[in-house]
Amino acid sequence: MTRLRLFRGTREGGELRDYEVAAGEGMVVLDAVHAIQADQAPDLAVRWNCKAGKCGSCSAEINGKPRLMCMTRMSDYAPDETITITPMKAFPVIKDLVTDVSWNYEVNKRIPAFKPRAADFPDGTWRMFQYEVERPQEFRKCIECFLCQDVCHVLRAHDKHEEFMGPAMLVRAAVYEMHPLDEADRSDHLCHEGGIGYCNITKCCTEVCPESITITDNAIIPLKERVADRNYDPLQWLWRKLTK
Amino acid sequence: MTARDLRTHDYDVVVIGAGGAGLRAAIEASAQKVKVALVCKSLLGKAHTVMAEGGAAAALGNVMGEDNWRVHFRDTMRGGKMHNNWRMAQIHAQEAPDRIRELEAWGALFDRTPDGKINQRPFGGHTYSRLAHVGDRTGLEMIRVLQDKGVHSGIDVHMECTIVKVFVVGDRVAGALGYFRETGRFVLFRAPAIVLATGGIGKAWQITSNSWEYTGDGHALAYDAGAELIDMEFVQFHPTGMVWPPSVRGILVTEGVRGEGGVLKNSAGERFMFRYMPEMFKGDFAETEAESDAWVAGERKKNRRPPELLTRDVVAKAITKEIAEGRGTPHGGVLLDIASKQSPDYIRKKLPSMYHQFKELAQVDITKDAMEIGPTTHYVMGGVKVDAETQESTVPGLYAAGEVGGGMHGANRLGGNSLSDLLVFGRRAGLHATAKRGAAPAIPDADIEAAMRDALEPFERSGENPFAVQAALQAVMQDNAGIIRDKGGLETALRELEKLKGRAKKVGITGSREYNPGWHTALDLHSLLVVSEATARAALERTESRGGHTRSDYPDTDERQTREQIVIKKEGDRMAVRREAQPPLPAELEKIIKEGK
Repeated sequence: MTRLRLFRGTREGGELRDYEVAAGEGMVVLDAVHAIQADQAPDLAVRWNCKAGKCGSCSAEINGKPRLMCMTRMSDYAPDETITITPMKAFPVIKDLVTDVSWNYEVNKRIPAFKPRAADFPDGTWRMFQYEVERPQEFRKCIECFLCQDVCHVLRAHDKHEEFMGPAMLVRAAVYEMHPLDEADRSDHLCHEGGIGYCNITKCCTEVCPESITITDNAIIPLKERVADRNYDPLQWLWRKLTK
Repeated sequence: MTARDLRTHDYDVVVIGAGGAGLRAAIEASAQKVKVALVCKSLLGKAHTVMAEGGAAAALGNVMGEDNWRVHFRDTMRGGKMHNNWRMAQIHAQEAPDRIRELEAWGALFDRTPDGKINQRPFGGHTYSRLAHVGDRTGLEMIRVLQDKGVHSGIDVHMECTIVKVFVVGDRVAGALGYFRETGRFVLFRAPAIVLATGGIGKAWQITSNSWEYTGDGHALAYDAGAELIDMEFVQFHPTGMVWPPSVRGILVTEGVRGEGGVLKNSAGERFMFRYMPEMFKGDFAETEAESDAWVAGERKKNRRPPELLTRDVVAKAITKEIAEGRGTPHGGVLLDIASKQSPDYIRKKLPSMYHQFKELAQVDITKDAMEIGPTTHYVMGGVKVDAETQESTVPGLYAAGEVGGGMHGANRLGGNSLSDLLVFGRRAGLHATAKRGAAPAIPDADIEAAMRDALEPFERSGENPFAVQAALQAVMQDNAGIIRDKGGLETALRELEKLKGRAKKVGITGSREYNPGWHTALDLHSLLVVSEATARAALERTESRGGHTRSDYPDTDERQTREQIVIKKEGDRMAVRREAQPPLPAELEKIIKEGK
């Protein structure tokens, strides 16, 4: 039998409670949580969908580390080790392992929309090459698990949700900023409302990403450079003033 | 609680389900300047569409210029064993290319051809390379693009909200009642038009590629509202699901593995698919390994496709037979090998999520070793009977699009035709649903209160655990209404389902209404029971084998039943089953099908 210690509670508070499950071959942590739910605690709240690392629903903290429960094998832990599972810390708890992540959806809504250049051909189509699409394709791998938001100290420790959009939403903006067809300018948004300056490149987000997106180096740093060029380069500033 | 205290919203169109079909429907309805709600059982962007891997089929002709809608139509009809609603298959083939190009205009980043167009990959049952794709995560790309388009279209999104009832007043749709998972509180949507886009029913089986959401809610809501269901006997068992370790059993392995050259072998190392060529497809596929290898290497004009790319029903049955005859692996699967056909770099580039999935969950490196696979419940061809042009069901104001709709795929769906189906018919449903704009008929308070009372009933009982009943139902369907069926098994299924109905009425819930999965499961049991019974009854009625429906007691295809449809409808408390002839194909479409032979 393996011992699991789960957070049980709501916004108002709660406690860690111990459960025991029989660990089967190849079992992942989400299987163990489901086994508890099916036999011992039918009201245990857990969010999940695909159980294959593709939807990003079952994010939680396993022994303090932000992870997908469906992609964490029980065999990664010693048989006599207690596996502690708590909800993501950077978001308010709804119940048990489920957190309120609606803030991310609000932030996403405010990112300026995709705006393609005029079509290349009269039939309304464009030509793009594989090397051009590969860069933004990396960011489209994002499954919106929000583990990077959870680990980011700006959100997690300093609670700057009002001022900083967080790595996941910067990745979201990067898709379009680096999209070969896009013509919108998001640098003002990223600089002011998005608070990109809060990121001090500790790369914790890159480390927890289950999709191995190089969030800091490939998304955030190039966006920071864009923002700096647009907002702080005197020549560009003058050019914009004159051409506006 | 009374109906008067209920949180209530008024909309012109309410879309239930936020996968590809629901999002596309909501976007289209919103473009007609009406007030639209999108209601989803999970968070936005988590619907089953994200799991679609291989691609979206559309005759763009970017890779093989010979392709056009006629060939796509012919492939779809032959793949569906000629049982498809021909008008839907025609509309789908004609409109899919525009829907894919439109996604690109909205920001989709499909993989490219060398000359910068949308790349297309080969897939089972498709004559030409036809699937627009993004590696093996096409569905994720589609849902993100639609999600972003949707949130900038002024649609109201109601997340983690499950609909339990659709109200029909005087033969017309009037609204729907749901509950929010977070609070357990009810919400009433009043609307003259509702689009069902709830996906499928795969959670009624034990071995499935489907998530907890796939409990047939839309099928059951439509059935309870008086709409007709068709083709419920046709369930697609995808040939390649993971089989080992036990905890991952059923998780999908994309057909893209075979599209990229992967081959199937039994435990003796034999490439057995050469032995399973159906009469209908003789001459269309490679007959030797050398020819197949040459095709995989890119010489596609002179050589024919590998037999692994036969339609899913054929491949799933072949695998089942190999295993039944003792040529399976010790874990009860067969082997899918791409390591010996493509380089590690190519595999990691074209199939990154498969590489990751096997590495993480099964500790298998697919660039070195073969995958162990077996059939898994994947998709239901059957669904709500709809008008091909408008997607309206037999209940005015109730529409269905995507997997919950029936007819388009006939007896078997081709891989890649689902993602394009979502776009084509999602758009049509959203467009036509706006025709009903205006005030919805008033819903009597008593009906609303009765629906709320029904939903809360499990809290007042201290009965059986709902998870136990769900597991029992899955076992009944797996054992008796799976890939191979017979009269005795189906009758057993119906008897057992009757007992389970009784057990479902007695399940009890502990805890509060806030985010209580036990309660959610108790409510989902009703939908699961409806779709399971519909599948078993339709399967019993269809006395032949065709596509996704195989009867060991009627192993042959009966030409007389080709255009016969099994229709299910609620009559009082009874599920009525009848046969109905579909309209025959018009001469010009008949001609297109014959051209291919």
